[in-house]
Amino acid sequence: MKVRLVRRDSASRMAMLAAPVLALVLTCLTSLILFAALGKPAGVALHALLLKPFLSWYSFSEVLLKTAPLLLIAQGLAIGFRANVFNIGAEGQFVIGAICASAFPVYFPNGDLPMMLPAMIICGALGGMAYALIAAALRTRFGASEILVTLMLTLIAIQILNYLLLGPWKDPRGFNFPQTVMFPFNALLPILIEGTRTNISLIFALVASVFTYLMMQHHFGGYQLRTAGLAPKAALYAGFSAPRLIWISLAFGGLAAGIAGASEVAGPLGQLQRSVATGYGFAAIIVAYLGGLNPIGIVISSFIISALYIGGDSATVSAGLPVAAVEVFQGMLLGFYLLTFTLIRYRIEFDRRIAA
Amino acid sequence: MSGLEFLLAGTLAAALPMLLAALGEMVVEKTGLLNLGLEGMMALGAAIAFICVYHSGSHGLGFLAAAFAGALLSMLFAILVIGVRANAVATGLAVGVLGLGLSALFGKSYESLTVDGLPEIGLPVLSQIPLVGPTLFTQDIVVWLTILGTVGLWYVLNRTKLGLIISAVGENAEAARAIGYQVGAIRCAAVGFGGALCGLAGAYASTVYTPLWADGMIAGRGWIALALVVFGTWKTGRVVFGALLFGLLSLGELTAQAVGVGLPSQLLSSLPYIVTILMLTVISSRGLKSRT
Repeated sequence: MKVRLVRRDSASRMAMLAAPVLALVLTCLTSLILFAALGKPAGVALHALLLKPFLSWYSFSEVLLKTAPLLLIAQGLAIGFRANVFNIGAEGQFVIGAICASAFPVYFPNGDLPMMLPAMIICGALGGMAYALIAAALRTRFGASEILVTLMLTLIAIQILNYLLLGPWKDPRGFNFPQTVMFPFNALLPILIEGTRTNISLIFALVASVFTYLMMQHHFGGYQLRTAGLAPKAALYAGFSAPRLIWISLAFGGLAAGIAGASEVAGPLGQLQRSVATGYGFAAIIVAYLGGLNPIGIVISSFIISALYIGGDSATVSAGLPVAAVEVFQGMLLGFYLLTFTLIRYRIEFDRRIAA
Repeated sequence: MSGLEFLLAGTLAAALPMLLAALGEMVVEKTGLLNLGLEGMMALGAAIAFICVYHSGSHGLGFLAAAFAGALLSMLFAILVIGVRANAVATGLAVGVLGLGLSALFGKSYESLTVDGLPEIGLPVLSQIPLVGPTLFTQDIVVWLTILGTVGLWYVLNRTKLGLIISAVGENAEAARAIGYQVGAIRCAAVGFGGALCGLAGAYASTVYTPLWADGMIAGRGWIALALVVFGTWKTGRVVFGALLFGLLSLGELTAQAVGVGLPSQLLSSLPYIVTILMLTVISSRGLKSRT
């Protein structure tokens, strides 16, 4: 007897919504068991992870602060993922974006440069994009896998960051800490909600979401991307240029990650430091898939993952969990989502014929 | 210890975790899959091995448990990618993130504790060779077993029917299925083998190479292993050569920092990745030419 997966003719909207919810429930149940087995107060841990972020205005604003980069990067990546262009190096593009943006305050530390902030954001965006396009060039010209190239570029980007922070860009009055000078006031993003750290990068992310929604749903380019992802041969016969889709996918992914990197140094960090590379680029891949590669879904999933980060912080205090418990949660959530998603999109069929 | 002895003795030990993980991943990739979760599987293996060795004092038990843990985690990848055809890139990352998280969770109460390393065993005659003998031919048992295992793996992949089947599955899954091979089962076994080797790699890192537990101690070795497979163009001998080269580089990086060479150590750290991109480009462009 063989077991086969048969794709359902149409996945109902109900099913698309059920998959993530089911995944979240399964993740909670599994973590409850895991935390209990490790002797941690499971109930306290889950309460901290899932509810604490929404119980105070301050922690909620922190959720919004983290949502911005995750949402922005994930929207950029999802464009490529739909066309089967797997840019997994957003982390590197994010770091390069942060570095390019930081060049202005590092060389003009008194803030005596007109248009400082716009220059930083634009430079960050272009830097991130250029870095991603290295992979596009190698893929289209030589056929080198963009998965591995973007990954390697990320590891190189982190070394570039280390080099700058330990060498030429180190703050001379920073007590030898690997970080740049504190940025002047006009190099910082305006705060969106008074009294919190949430800044206008959230607006960038929301604009990007609207843009990708319009592009994917109502524009010919989005149609080409989706076709290339679902049926590469059909896209080829229709005359869509595969190299162009690769360039477009990587360009948007790098651009978004670059802006997010620039916003991070011009936002909550206020300087370039090693902790800029904390894995937003990798988490955004999870966000993109959890959102079903759908622009609206990604808005929701970025919010959930970001709430988990804040919840994880409070779980370290109240339940004695390590910060990495958030990673356990993220990993499980994506795993269960991929599982439930397929089971909802496919029917399991038992083939009782004996193979001839 | 002189500089030369330090390099000789250290290179093998530094290369070993990367080599084990890369050999495992090479087999996985030979069957046509790409598992990006190496870093996580290694971290989980490292944590499990450390905990086992800490409580039992037995390295054998630690390595066994680590291999089992790595294989178990890799089965998650197998279920999702082979079983329900989920996207391999996303699944590999999920497995990696999960492994990193679990290792930190399990290892939390063992932070900065230490265990005993393994005694070094000198090969009878060879270790008597003046100058290089005492350092090069005196290594711990895992090194000797790995060398044996690597030769064995080369033999299986290149000289046996099993090796042929593995290549057939990777190169043309449809054809392999048509002549009656269980493609799914073979891939599953390869993924499990890769996971087990990653677990062993982690175990070596946490209980022999630096016998202590610290969160994040795998420190990118999984990503280097991934690079190594490409660098070695999916051939056992070249992967071994690459691992030794990368091991030497990582030692060179430490030495450069200690001696304070003018060359930034970050450049040395980046070299494996830069070389991998170049290799990838060369290999892929050859592939393009032969296809057109």
